[in-house]
Amino acid sequence: MARYIALIVAFVIMIGIFAAGLDRDPTKLPSPLIDKPAPEYELPRVMDPLLTTGSTDYAGQMVLVNIWATWCAGCRTEHEYLLELAGRNEIPIYGINWRDDRDAALSWLQQLGDPYVASAYDEDGRVGIDWGVYGAPETFLIGAGGNVMYKHVGPMNEATWQGEFMPRIAAQTGATR
Amino acid sequence: MLAVGLAAAGLVIASILTLQAFKENLMFYIEISEVAKGNAPKDRNFRVGGLVVEGSVTRVPGELEVEFTLTDLNEQLVVYYDGILPDLFREGQGIIAHGRLDDDGSRFIADQVLAKHDENYMPPEVAETLAKHAAAQEAALDAETGQQ
Amino acid sequence: MIPEIGHFALILALSLAVCQSVMPLIGAHRNDAALMSVAGPAAVGQLVFVAVSFACLAWSFLQSDFTVLYVANHSHRALPDVYKIAAVWGAHEGSLLLWILLLAVWTVAVARYSSELPRAMSARVIGVLGLLSFGFLLFTLLTSNPFERLIPAPANGADLNPLLQDIGLAIHPPILYTGYVGFSVAFAFAIAAMLTGHLDQAWARWTRPWTIWAWMFLTVGIALGSWWAYYELGWGGWWFWDPVENASFMPWLAGTALIHSLAVTEKRGLFKSWTLLLAISAFSLSLLGTFLVRSGILVSVHAFATDPARGLFILIFLGIVIGGALILYAWRAPGMDSAAGFRPLSRETFLLLNNVLLVIACTVILYGTLAPLLYDVFEWGKISIGPPWFEFAFALPMLPLTLLIGVGMHTAWRSQAFGALFAQLKIPGTIAIVAGIAVPTVFYGRFGLLVSVGAIAGFWIMTVSLLQPLRSWRRAPGTPGISRSALGMSVAHFGVGMFTLGITIVSAFTVEADLSVRPGETVEVAGYSFKLTDLNNVQGPNYQALEGEIEIRKDGKFVAELRPQKRTYLVQQSPMTEAAIDAGWNRDLFVALGDPLGNDAWSMRLQYKPLIRFIWLGALIMAFGGLIAASDRRYRLQATAREGTAALREEPA
Repeated sequence: MARYIALIVAFVIMIGIFAAGLDRDPTKLPSPLIDKPAPEYELPRVMDPLLTTGSTDYAGQMVLVNIWATWCAGCRTEHEYLLELAGRNEIPIYGINWRDDRDAALSWLQQLGDPYVASAYDEDGRVGIDWGVYGAPETFLIGAGGNVMYKHVGPMNEATWQGEFMPRIAAQTGATR
Repeated sequence: MLAVGLAAAGLVIASILTLQAFKENLMFYIEISEVAKGNAPKDRNFRVGGLVVEGSVTRVPGELEVEFTLTDLNEQLVVYYDGILPDLFREGQGIIAHGRLDDDGSRFIADQVLAKHDENYMPPEVAETLAKHAAAQEAALDAETGQQ
Repeated sequence: MIPEIGHFALILALSLAVCQSVMPLIGAHRNDAALMSVAGPAAVGQLVFVAVSFACLAWSFLQSDFTVLYVANHSHRALPDVYKIAAVWGAHEGSLLLWILLLAVWTVAVARYSSELPRAMSARVIGVLGLLSFGFLLFTLLTSNPFERLIPAPANGADLNPLLQDIGLAIHPPILYTGYVGFSVAFAFAIAAMLTGHLDQAWARWTRPWTIWAWMFLTVGIALGSWWAYYELGWGGWWFWDPVENASFMPWLAGTALIHSLAVTEKRGLFKSWTLLLAISAFSLSLLGTFLVRSGILVSVHAFATDPARGLFILIFLGIVIGGALILYAWRAPGMDSAAGFRPLSRETFLLLNNVLLVIACTVILYGTLAPLLYDVFEWGKISIGPPWFEFAFALPMLPLTLLIGVGMHTAWRSQAFGALFAQLKIPGTIAIVAGIAVPTVFYGRFGLLVSVGAIAGFWIMTVSLLQPLRSWRRAPGTPGISRSALGMSVAHFGVGMFTLGITIVSAFTVEADLSVRPGETVEVAGYSFKLTDLNNVQGPNYQALEGEIEIRKDGKFVAELRPQKRTYLVQQSPMTEAAIDAGWNRDLFVALGDPLGNDAWSMRLQYKPLIRFIWLGALIMAFGGLIAASDRRYRLQATAREGTAALREEPA
C-alpha cells in the first residue's frame, strides 16, 4: 500500500510546485513606480511631429497612460476597448507609441480610430525605459498629484477596468473629497 | 543473484554519473550587476541577459567576430561572440547569452546568443532584472531629489 | 453569423459531453442498458457539433473575417489559403479546438469499433472520454474562446507568425495531437478496468491496438516536428531538448513502455497493475505537456502566448484527472496482479527490463525539464540545463536497452534455453561488431570507441530484426509464416536500429562552419567546395528576401546549387532565415545565410550532416511497424466477431 500512497504524495508535491510556479508569473511583477511620481517626458506627437506632448499636458489630472505599438498583438486586442473607454469620457487616455514606425502608427490611428488625447512618439524607447516598460501593452493609472497609482501589464478590458482601476480611482477621489 | 547485484551496481554508478553531469551542465543565470561585482564563477559557463546597448555593436568589417555591450540598466558587460547572431538580434532588444568570462574577467565570451521569435517577448529573467534595476534607479532618484 | 454558429455548436457539444459522461457511467454502475446506450449517439453528436464549430473557424479564416479576434491576430489577406487553414491551429485557441475535435474523432472510433466489448466496459470507456472532453470544452469556452469578436474589424490581420508559414508545421500539430489525444483511449480503458475492478487478458487485447495507433501518430508527429525544426529554425539542429519537445517525448517513452507491458499482460496476464500505471502515465504526461506549453510556466521557443488564468485552469484539471486516476489506482490496483511465474531468462524478463529502462529515461527527462522550475520556486537560482546533460542522461539507460532489444525479441515466453538463444544470435552479433567498427573507420576515416559502440548497437538491432522475417521468407511450404504482430515488431525494431545508427553518425561526423564569405569566393567544408556565385533580391507573396546562390562541387564535379534566403515578412517586419538543403540518403548539405558583415562579406553557416535522414526514416519505419502490428489477425478477429454479433442482434428483428 505504501508505494501507492507514495505515488499520490509525489504527485501532490508536483502540483504544489506547479502552483507555486504559476504564481511567479512575470505579469504580476509590481511596478517599482507605484506611488512614486510618474517619470516626466516631452516627445513629438505621432499625429504631428511638429507638436509635442508630455507629462505636463496632464498635470493635475487623473489620466491613463497607455504604452502601445503597432507590432504588438496585445495592443490590437485592447484597442477596441480603449476606444470604448475613451468614448465614455470617464478618464483621458494618453498614449506612448513605443519603439515603433511612425507611418505604421499613423495609419493604425487613422484606420482603427484614435482613443488618445495625444500620443507621444517614443522612437528609441528611452521614455519606455524610464517608465520601466518591459513589454507592450502596459497601462499606467496616474493620479492627479502625478503619482503612478497602478500599472497593468497586458491588454485592457472591461474586467480589468472594473476590477483593478475603478476601485483605485474611487478610493482616490473619495480621499480627495 | 549475481545479475541483480550487477544491475544494482550499474544503477548506482549510472545515477552518480548522471548527477555529476547534471552539475556540470547546470548553467546559472547571473545578473550583470553581480558579474560587475565579481560574483560570477570564473571557471564555468553561466548565462547573462539584458538589453543590447544602442550603438554598441562593433565588428571588424568582413569578419564574423562581434562585440556588443549588454546592460541591465545598472551595470554593463562587454560580450564577445564569434558566430552568426540570431535573426531577432537587434540593438535595444533583450537577449540572453551563454558563455563564460575571459581570463581577466573583463569580457564575456559567448558561445551562444539567444533572442526569441516574438517581438513581445523578453526572457523572463531579463524582464525581472530590468524591473528590479528600474526600481533601484527610481530609489536613487528619490534619494537625490530628497537631498535637494 | 458563422462565428456565432461555431460558438453555439461548441456550447451544444459541451452539453452533449455531459450526457456522454454522466449517463453511461451511471448506467454502467446500475447496469441500466438504456442509460448505457446513450454513450454512442452522444459521442457521434458531440463529434458533429465540434466539427461544425471547427469548420466555422476554418471558414472565418478562409474568408479573412477579421471581425473574429483570433483570425485578426493570426491571419492576413495575403496569406496563402493553405496557411490560412494551418493558421486555425497556429495558436492557443484554435489548437485547443483541434485537440477537442481529435478527441471526439477518437471517441467515435472507439464507439464504432468496440461493440464486441462488454456493454458496461464500452459505456465506461466512452463515459471517461466524455469527461475529458467536457474539461477541455469548458476550458475553451471559459478562457480561450476562438470566436471572440473584434468590432470594428481591422482592415487587415496581424499575420501568422512567419515561422509557422511552412508546410511541415501545417501538418505537424494535427498528427502530433492525434497521438497525444490517442493516449486518452488507453487511459479511459484503464479507468474503466479499475471502475470494474476486473482486468483480464481480453482487456489487454482491446487496449493494445488503440495504444499502438496513438503511439504511431505520436512517433510520426515528433519526427515531423524534429524535421521542421531542422530546416525551419534555420540552424541545422534537429533536437534541442526544449521543454516543449520534451513534453511530446515523455508521453512517447511512457507509451512505448505501455505497448511492451501490454504485450505481457495480453500474452501472459502479468504486469497488470504496472500496465494500468503506464496507461495513466502516458496520458498524464500528455496533459502535463499541454500544461507546460500553455501556462507559460516554462519558457520555450514553441510556447504559446500565456495567460495565468489558463495555467490555473489546466492545473486544476490536471489535478482532478491525474489525482483522481491515481487515487482510483491506489484503491483498485493492489490485488489485481496474478502470481504466474517466469524464469530469469524469458521474454517477460526482457520486457520488464525494457519497461524499467524506458521509465528511467522518461523520469530523467521529466526531472531535467522541471528542474529550472524547481530551482526557481525554491529560490536556489535561475538555471538552465545544457543539452549535453540530456544527451548523456538519456543515452545511459538507452544503450543497455538497444543491446537488450536484440536478445529479448528472440527469447521465448516463460523460459528460454541459453544455448539455442546464443546459436541464433552469434551471426548477427558478429556482423554488428564488424560493421560497427568498420563503417565509421572506412567511410568516415576515424575510429572512436563511443562511435563504434553506437554503431554496433545500431547494426545489431537492424540485423537481429531481420532474423524472423528472413526465417519466415525461407520457411518450408505449408508451415505458418510470421504473424503480423511479430513482423510489425521486427520492422519497428529495424527502425530503432536505423535511428540509433543515424544519431551516432550525425553526432560524431557532422562538420559545421560559420564563415564570412564574399560574392565570388569559394570555401571548403568537409571535402565540398561552396562558391557564393550571386546575391539577389527576390519578392515572395508576403515577404521580401535576399537570396544567395551557392554552387557546390566535390572534386570539381557539380553537386548542387542552393538558394538560401534571408526573408523579411512585410506585416510583422520580422526577419527569418530560410536555409537551403541538398538532401541525400547518406548526407545533407545545409547552407544558411546570416548577416552582412561589411566589406561585401556575408556570414554563412555551412554544414555537412552524414546519415541525418536515417533519424527521421528510422522513426517513420518504427511507426510503419506499429501499423503492421495493429493490423494483426487477432485484432481483426474482433471485427469479424463484431459483425457476427451484429448479425445475431439483427436476426430477431
